[in-house]
Amino acid sequence: MATRQTRTLARSMMAPSVILLLAWMIVPLAMTLWFSFLNYNLLNPANVSFAGLFNYQYFYTDPAFFQSIWNTLLLVGGVLLITVIGGVALALLLDQPIFGQGIVRILMISPFFVMPPVAALVWKNMIMHPGYGVLADIARWLGVQPIDWFAQYPLVSIIIIVAWQWLPFATLILLTALQSLDAEQKEAAEMDGAGFVSRFIYLVVPHLARAITVVILIQTIFLLGVYAEILVTTNGGPGYASTNLPFLIYRTALLGYDVGGASAGGVIAIVLANIVAIFLMRAVGKNLDR
Amino acid sequence: MARAVSTRTKIGFSIAAWLIALLIFFPILYTIITSIKTEAEAIAGFDLIPSVTFENYVEVQTQRDYFKPFMNSVIVSVGSTLLGCLVAIPAAWSMAFAPTKRTKDILMWMLSTKMMPAAAVLVPIYLLFRDSGLLDSRIGLTVMLMLINLPIMVWMLYTYFREIPVEILEAARMDGASLWNEIVYVLTPMAVPGIASTALLNIILAWNEAFWTIRLTTTDAAPLTAFIASFSSPQGLFWAKLSAASTLAIAPILIMGWFSQRQLVRGLTFGAVK
Repeated sequence: MATRQTRTLARSMMAPSVILLLAWMIVPLAMTLWFSFLNYNLLNPANVSFAGLFNYQYFYTDPAFFQSIWNTLLLVGGVLLITVIGGVALALLLDQPIFGQGIVRILMISPFFVMPPVAALVWKNMIMHPGYGVLADIARWLGVQPIDWFAQYPLVSIIIIVAWQWLPFATLILLTALQSLDAEQKEAAEMDGAGFVSRFIYLVVPHLARAITVVILIQTIFLLGVYAEILVTTNGGPGYASTNLPFLIYRTALLGYDVGGASAGGVIAIVLANIVAIFLMRAVGKNLDR
Repeated sequence: MARAVSTRTKIGFSIAAWLIALLIFFPILYTIITSIKTEAEAIAGFDLIPSVTFENYVEVQTQRDYFKPFMNSVIVSVGSTLLGCLVAIPAAWSMAFAPTKRTKDILMWMLSTKMMPAAAVLVPIYLLFRDSGLLDSRIGLTVMLMLINLPIMVWMLYTYFREIPVEILEAARMDGASLWNEIVYVLTPMAVPGIASTALLNIILAWNEAFWTIRLTTTDAAPLTAFIASFSSPQGLFWAKLSAASTLAIAPILIMGWFSQRQLVRGLTFGAVK
């Protein structure tokens, strides 16, 4: 059907998006790659020289590098574990008949709309603060020594905050998927005498599999880049205990003024993200054909 | 469909659901409550019934000029959304109504640009912004946010446009409608709901973006994310004021979010879960 005229029109309508995204992808990427092979310090910008693989070597021998990669993985893995398990449980609960379901839903999804700096500061000051936080109040009421969360368990604290932000997202998506489960199928299974557990394993889990995959992959993209929550709570510390890869890059670049080193870290972060991306693209791509 | 559920079971589920929901909502509720306490009450221990005062809201404005970052947030998030619509609508339109063999590849590629971790390109973007004088400018930040959300916009609009039945177009063509008439009188009315949901989700995402907004601004263009983050190093205790600022910062988006639950699921899963 498409005439040559409509094809040209279609192409020119697409051009701005494609050109913008192409530039947005190629320019910073090429610059990061180029900088990663340079000795380039912002405090001494006149003295730029070729460094070969020195920056990578430097990053590789820095103990903070491995700790930050490990922290990144722990953060992503911990939050995924909490949100997926919690999300399935909450979605199953919300799928039951409940008084005031609409309001319950609104209360449960709210944390997702709270901007990261607010979420982190609220938890830091009013919930987890060892002196004045609600958790400290509860601990004292129970007669226990209050926990100094950010000093004793910095990474765990951040995992809790980030999980609080993302649990609503997982719940909402899994609930949407759950509600598309055919009611007749459920009834048929019930009539055949399938109990809750076997219904859950053989009917609900396979039905939710795709939604769970989507939740895991999309959250991973965002969780690999957690930044503001760390900035306003622990600032990466104590030491490097709660520094993840994005935070280490930020520290190297804007606090250490080391352009080359930060760029090498950036290249590594891109490689990490791409491994995840390949899986996500497959899952979403398959879905396009349906 | 109608399954008989005993009232007792329903009450049991309801109690469990309400308890969990209130627990999850508690940090937000407590922020709102703290915002109407006095500073002395705010650190005096757990208390759900404060002496209601709106002094904190007044002081956040008079001492820290709250209105400025608030307006920056509005300008940057609405601006990036409008700019994004301008670029994304034609693209999604042509992909949905004049698809070619490569349409799917282009869509996948656009999505893949979203996978680039922001921190990885912090250095080049920071240097580019510095050298072109865009650091701490609303225009620079607006363009930045438009770019990072553009793939989501194109995708979301595409999934909406694709649902518009082509038969209607053919019928209009048979009746002799020109391309222009077709767009204005047939397609636009059917596309408006999809565009509205996309814009809404995009405003939410831009409002809450907390990497570029913090790193690319200092004072003049700092939106609420950067403003609130600047409270992280406390000089004296001011939790009641911080709570007031936080409440104002999250309220508009919270309300918008409540209205766009379904669109959120669609937009953020790229149409994979509806």
